[in-house]
Amino acid sequence: MRDLGLGEEKLKLMLRRMHEIRSFEEKAEELYIRGMVHGTMHLSVGQEASAVGAVSALEPNDYILSTHRGHGHCIAKGADIKLMMAEFLGKETGYCRGRGGSMHIADVEAGNLGATGVVGDGIPISVGVGLSIKLQRQDRVVLCFFGDGAANTGSFHEALNMASIWKLPVIFVCENNQYAMSTPVKKAFPIENIADRAAAYGMPGVVVDGNDVLAVYRATKEAVERARRGDGPTLIECKTYRWKGHSKSDQQRYRTREEVEAWKKKDPISRFRSRLIKEGIITEEGAERIEREAKETIEEAVRFAQNSPEPSLEGIEEEVYA
Amino acid sequence: MREITYAEAIREALRQEMRRDERVFLIGEDIGIYGGAFGVTYGLLEEFGEERVRDTPISEQTIAGAAIGAALTGMRPVAEIMFMDFVALAMEQLVNQAAKLRFMFGGKAKVPMVLRTPAGSGTGAAAQHSQSLEAWFVHVPGLKVVMPSTPYDAKGLLISAIRDDNPVIFVEHKLLYKTKGPVPEEEYTIPLGVADVKRGGSDVTIVATSIMVRRALAAAEKLAQEGIEAEVIDPRTLKPLDTETIISSVMKTGRALIVHEAPKTCGFGAEVSACITEGEAFFYLEAPVKRLAGMDVPIPYNPKLERGVVPQEEDIIRAVRELVGGKGG
Repeated sequence: MRDLGLGEEKLKLMLRRMHEIRSFEEKAEELYIRGMVHGTMHLSVGQEASAVGAVSALEPNDYILSTHRGHGHCIAKGADIKLMMAEFLGKETGYCRGRGGSMHIADVEAGNLGATGVVGDGIPISVGVGLSIKLQRQDRVVLCFFGDGAANTGSFHEALNMASIWKLPVIFVCENNQYAMSTPVKKAFPIENIADRAAAYGMPGVVVDGNDVLAVYRATKEAVERARRGDGPTLIECKTYRWKGHSKSDQQRYRTREEVEAWKKKDPISRFRSRLIKEGIITEEGAERIEREAKETIEEAVRFAQNSPEPSLEGIEEEVYA
Repeated sequence: MREITYAEAIREALRQEMRRDERVFLIGEDIGIYGGAFGVTYGLLEEFGEERVRDTPISEQTIAGAAIGAALTGMRPVAEIMFMDFVALAMEQLVNQAAKLRFMFGGKAKVPMVLRTPAGSGTGAAAQHSQSLEAWFVHVPGLKVVMPSTPYDAKGLLISAIRDDNPVIFVEHKLLYKTKGPVPEEEYTIPLGVADVKRGGSDVTIVATSIMVRRALAAAEKLAQEGIEAEVIDPRTLKPLDTETIISSVMKTGRALIVHEAPKTCGFGAEVSACITEGEAFFYLEAPVKRLAGMDVPIPYNPKLERGVVPQEEDIIRAVRELVGGKGG
């Protein structure tokens, strides 16, 4: 951990973010079950390490592009969770004033260029962000999250190629959670590693244990440094697993309970937490406090969201154009 | 005033905007040394270099996506799609991203980009290189659609489109590229959403777009010899649409002919027709509104067929005679 240049405060913050993500997702599901959520949601429980590990390797002014399963990315980027929860509940105080919902949370000012509802669509946009950084000679990078499903869209191939020929400062982070809705990667890819596709675009392809937040951090850090040097993009594949269904309608008939349980044993949060305790960075009580505080943050966000006003239809047609 | 071609007017707008604002850059296929399939960007590479006149691989979806990403983060890209037919490949990014990001993010983002593309038949390029697909875009909230018919309009509208903070689809016509007209050398803007009365008249209103404006004007000259004075209106921007100019003209003439090249069914003309008939102008009509549009067929290759499936000058003359004849006078 020390060799990664991560100080105690940063490590604790990473643990806090992971707990916040887990708590946010569990609360989101609970609110849904209680009938308080209008739309759908895509939960990232089990994938906290890829979100936090990757974003922790960025500077505050770097950009990210997120996905439909994007709550974790948003929290990792340091979003105000109250505004996220308000958006999730469709309130005027939400990040997108209740116009976007779970699938489109963005915090443009903070460099979170938003979550997209169409699988793969963020990847071509990240090329433009990288190009913009390059043309404006900024000291920035853009990190583009997408899933295994997106790696089979045409967008992926076009965009990785274009980013590479122009040596753009883009980090492509593929969160391989083993399923594109119900389709397992084994059925959708004739290769073992999605990262192997990087070779076709002349960029490094790195496979990491996506449930090891420090491994994700290390791989991303290297990719960020490479991008900042002007050496171009990297494709990182985080092998991970989503514990919950694809969305609220998922009966999960495509996988076994045993498989889910086996992955739960690789829980990224407890792995990181016990490592921090073992290495004396945090005490058991300190870790419990972080978890408790994360839950309180979420509860406070729920109270804020529930007490927030509904948006008004008035003037909605005037919002479409700048 | 000096006269230059429609293509030169577009190039001049690009050049002047690129000189004025370093955030403006071009991205597309073969727009650099080749100058674009129709030579519109010819010579810009020499002045602005490969950074700002950016040739891409054949990747339409990522051309559009890259323009969006750059626009979101402070640039003002002008993308070129080589033929309007190929916008189908870029549609996902334009419709689901460019058009929606601002609204979807609660007004906290903007996408100031232009997508230029040549449309239209008449070049013998057949079904996949000749379409006029502007109506697709007019239907999507969040996009603006511009369709100039003269060199003067092309320059002023393109400058406005580049300076606009929204995604603008800028539809050029291949057969207009070589047409000439007076164009001021200095920069000027024509506001989006303002129609132009290209010819005054009292007997019939012709609302025409793109190349059909030229054909309508030529038809109007011949009709004048028969004593029929046609008013020719060019909306210039299809979205936002200047309905006031159209409606007040129809209230004056009592007759409306709408002409476009795209297929008739669900074409832009249907929208114009509805604008006329659903309001006060309806009560001023002395004949039913008439639409003259492309046939509902793919553009065929054979020159006689190609010409025959889209409105020509003689078709406009005939349609106006029918409209005016319906008056009994």
